[in-house]
Amino acid sequence: MKNHVWRPLFVVLAVIALVLVARKFLVPADFGVGARGYMYGWHRAGNEQQWKDVKVKYKTAAFCKDCHPDKYDEMKESPHRNINCENCHGPALNHPDDPRSLTIDRSRELCARCHTRLPYPNSGRGVMKGIDPKTHNVGLDCVTCHWPHDPRKEGHQK
Amino acid sequence: MISRRSFCKKSLLIAGGLAIPLSCLELFDPKRLLAEKDEKGPRWVFLVDTRKCVGCGFCVKGCKVENEVPYDANVTRTWVERYVVTSDGKTHIDSPKGARDGFPNKGIDIGHGKLEEIKDDDIEKAFFVPKLCNQCDNPPCVQVCPVGATYQTADGVVLVDRSWCIGCGYCIMGCPYGVRFFHPVFHVAEKCNFCYHRITKGMQTACVDSCAFGARRVGNLRDPEDPVTRVIMTERVNVLKEEYGTKPQVFYLGLSKEVK
Repeated sequence: MKNHVWRPLFVVLAVIALVLVARKFLVPADFGVGARGYMYGWHRAGNEQQWKDVKVKYKTAAFCKDCHPDKYDEMKESPHRNINCENCHGPALNHPDDPRSLTIDRSRELCARCHTRLPYPNSGRGVMKGIDPKTHNVGLDCVTCHWPHDPRKEGHQK
Repeated sequence: MISRRSFCKKSLLIAGGLAIPLSCLELFDPKRLLAEKDEKGPRWVFLVDTRKCVGCGFCVKGCKVENEVPYDANVTRTWVERYVVTSDGKTHIDSPKGARDGFPNKGIDIGHGKLEEIKDDDIEKAFFVPKLCNQCDNPPCVQVCPVGATYQTADGVVLVDRSWCIGCGYCIMGCPYGVRFFHPVFHVAEKCNFCYHRITKGMQTACVDSCAFGARRVGNLRDPEDPVTRVIMTERVNVLKEEYGTKPQVFYLGLSKEVK
């Protein structure tokens, strides 16, 4: 057969070879079919570990309890017992090394998340004790009168 | 002296007894068999009790901090929707900033900083619905990924490989639940992964830990003793957009027809 028929075929073969060689270098070695098959499991296996290695920031009340058992015990007796320490005190991160002290959110807005009165009959919100933040002691922090760890007690008297 | 007859009878009995393997005498628990039918290891699922949610939004705040989603950008992996059905038959739905700060206003957020006030007497029913990734058994977001950057792990969680995602956005369009978005810092697709770094360490997700009302729970569907599995198997649970065939694995208690 004539040369002009063969020549484009060699070009095609060369391109295929180039793609295969490039693929060998560019695709990570652990890329392949995972547990969920071709349709859902096609991935780089090492990425699963990368997600597992993300730093835990919220360490939960079980972590706080070790050094602050008094606060933990006070909370457990309180109507606020189900609220996690870190909801108001912020994530523990590497506390007490870094940060040395946590930034406490004492704002009215924080308390208002639950205690703004919303008259919703079919929701847990409807039966929560609530106020209207636009009229209830405007300008004062809630913690002035209400002790957040146990709202049955009086607040900060400074 | 043993007779030939009784020797043959006894040796046959012993040989027959030895032939029964111990496993024949094991009693099977059908529930365990059903749970372990496909594979070993956990299958993470989620249970949302909409009757308990009060719309405080601590879950959204916790999620954003834990998963390093930029706090002030209007994107979030999980959010809470408010539904207010009025006596004229209308349903008012909002989720200001994904309820990162809860619902500070009584009025419904209708965008552009405007609020629609609703009279207390007009409210027929009103409730909150937390939303997050459904970690579907047939995840459409994974099917459409052209490069294999998003995938499902053996335990059912759909993850995104940030170093492999090209940011084409097909998955964001493909998700019928709208849980995917572009990460404003990494410029790749981003989604809820049930706090994969926490659940694989035996912890709860950040949103579950920050919920004071028990409205959110995470569980393992392959463990028949798991309290979440028990609720899913025995109580009246519902899922979102079942008609899409995605087999979502976030189960809702107390879901109403207004919720889409």
